[in-house]
Amino acid sequence: MEYLSIFVKGIFVENMIFAYFLGMCSYLAVSKTVKTANGLGLAVIFVLGITVPINYLLENYVLKEGALVWLSPEYATVDLSFLSFIMFIAVIASMVQLVEMIVEKFAPALYGALGIFLPLIAVNCSILGGALFMQERQYPSIGEATVFGLGSGVGWWLAIVAIAAIREKIRYSHVPPALRGLGITYIITGLMGIAFMSFMGIEI
Amino acid sequence: MSSENKPVKKESLFSKKNRKLLKDPLGDSNPITIQVLGICSALAITVQLQQAVIMSLSVLFVMIGGNLIVSLLRNLIPDRIRIIVQLVVIASLVIIVDEVLKAYQPDVSEKLSVFVGLIITNCIIMGRLEAFALANKPGPSVLDAIGNAMGYAWILLAVSVVREVFGSGAISLPGMGQVKFLPSEWFIASSGFYENNNLMILPPMALVVVGIIIWIQRSRNEALIED
Amino acid sequence: MAVNKNSTGYTFTFSIIMVVIVGVSLAYTSLSLKPLQKANAADKQMVDILGAIQVKSSRSDANADFQKYVTERISLNYNGELFSSKTGEVVASDLKDPFNIDVKKDYRSHKPAKGDMSWSNAKDVKFPLYVCEKEGDTLFVIPVVGSGLWGPIWGYVALNSDKKTIYGVKFDHKTETPGLGAEIKEDFFSVKFTGKTLAEAAPYFSVLKGGSTTDEHSVDGITGGTITSKGVEEMMNRTLDIYNKFFESEEK
Repeated sequence: MEYLSIFVKGIFVENMIFAYFLGMCSYLAVSKTVKTANGLGLAVIFVLGITVPINYLLENYVLKEGALVWLSPEYATVDLSFLSFIMFIAVIASMVQLVEMIVEKFAPALYGALGIFLPLIAVNCSILGGALFMQERQYPSIGEATVFGLGSGVGWWLAIVAIAAIREKIRYSHVPPALRGLGITYIITGLMGIAFMSFMGIEI
Repeated sequence: MSSENKPVKKESLFSKKNRKLLKDPLGDSNPITIQVLGICSALAITVQLQQAVIMSLSVLFVMIGGNLIVSLLRNLIPDRIRIIVQLVVIASLVIIVDEVLKAYQPDVSEKLSVFVGLIITNCIIMGRLEAFALANKPGPSVLDAIGNAMGYAWILLAVSVVREVFGSGAISLPGMGQVKFLPSEWFIASSGFYENNNLMILPPMALVVVGIIIWIQRSRNEALIED
Repeated sequence: MAVNKNSTGYTFTFSIIMVVIVGVSLAYTSLSLKPLQKANAADKQMVDILGAIQVKSSRSDANADFQKYVTERISLNYNGELFSSKTGEVVASDLKDPFNIDVKKDYRSHKPAKGDMSWSNAKDVKFPLYVCEKEGDTLFVIPVVGSGLWGPIWGYVALNSDKKTIYGVKFDHKTETPGLGAEIKEDFFSVKFTGKTLAEAAPYFSVLKGGSTTDEHSVDGITGGTITSKGVEEMMNRTLDIYNKFFESEEK
């Protein structure tokens, strides 16, 4: 039940795009067609699902105050949390690179679909955001952290696919010339955000 | 930026090309409205003017530092790991600044610490490192940083002024707190006629306000209109 | 340049050098600044505690004011029994000093289950209580920690010597929405609590939806900041439950 709640919350209530504006840059830049948006969205789910648990282990067994106790009880007061930003970023960047290489080697078809998006993801703020929220919220187990990562990823994917679909349709509408493209996308995203706010009061 | 007008002997620093580096990001190649960079943080912190000011200053500082360092190292950084290197440069710069502030200026740090994560993930910094500092000398890189940070700042300030005035009926600046300039008897709560628009405070309205700024900007300069 | 920038060897050497430089400089700044940062955090904690008993202090006067008003620092265990007590100067390295109990950390590592108002998973947590003297009255300051909409919220609740009437409160937050939930730290919100009383049994106090009519056991919350207001209510009730056990046992 707890898992389901975290998952659903990640998708709707605490949507990375609509509630936190994380990953907006690629969201706006790569949402011209549903096909590419879908590819990037899937890549984000994938990377969030991998990096959040890894960063969770890092946080709980290396960085947090007293996290190094498993090495020796003397380290109970060692606090490396000042390194967390840098470690999280390094993990994300290297995981993205690693995933790219593995996918290329073992699943060329998937690589064909995701390939060009993977490097973009290292700079997607929603990935670091995911790691930081995980740190902030102190999930009790790695399972919950993973589910949170996947849920946020799915939320992000949903947002980008939805806006891409709208943008494909809106091409046939009479948008004022100066609003075409970026401008109307901002405004639509704002309206979608207002719609998503209705999920906020839900208790799961 | 006022030094721009002074007659400067050293021709290179304020040559036409360099002035362009400073001026373009304010308008025709604005990071937020045209280049689509640094949006995440721009939207998250524009509820109050004072936050926007603090964020703009931090971004200015980190961008100058980051652009300078990466530009100095540009011939040394291996291509394959350049993204990690850039991220590490930005992150350590931000962390060091935050640690120093925490020790010597605790009040400033308290205001800033919330944004630390946002500054690191601000794609405008990454974007400029990748697009400019990696291929240019330190001098122009610093100018590029200043220009883009300014372009970022004015959008931030504009959006936050709109949101704060209509959302809270107030203006806030660092050091002086929030000033509610509307007389309290105007409000419906004390049987007046005016009510703050709470919608403005909510996150989605930031997007709409930026959308409107883009609208205004592009209708004044038709060359920017997309397809 | 003679060196091949893209060779594996160069890439490795570069990354190792970078990691060493960055690691050393970060560790150095962090370690050398830590004592100063700790002192700042302690000053801030004192200012906030004093804020709850309506003494406006500043970072520079925090320690002197704290010594002047706070007469005793007590810690309790989960069952409301006295665990330890300290008077005099606060020593940062003295882990037994109730002042040095990190209530925020304890809350994070012992997050109560939803709706668990007795905080039943906090059995091994110690709870600090500050006994203050102001203008001849004895006041009790209780630290509270909870969750708002986006992140942690915390504060101090000061009770009169009858342990029922609220003397003052001071709340703060990390990431609540400015203009909405973030207003809990503003004075206009905290003055509403002064003079209200706690009910005999849980729930001791309520923070209602903004604009509601209130009674002696409730205040109205912040319009548009409902979830943060509810968080304030939750953290007060959950924490007061534990301190009440102590107050009750004292009276017997």
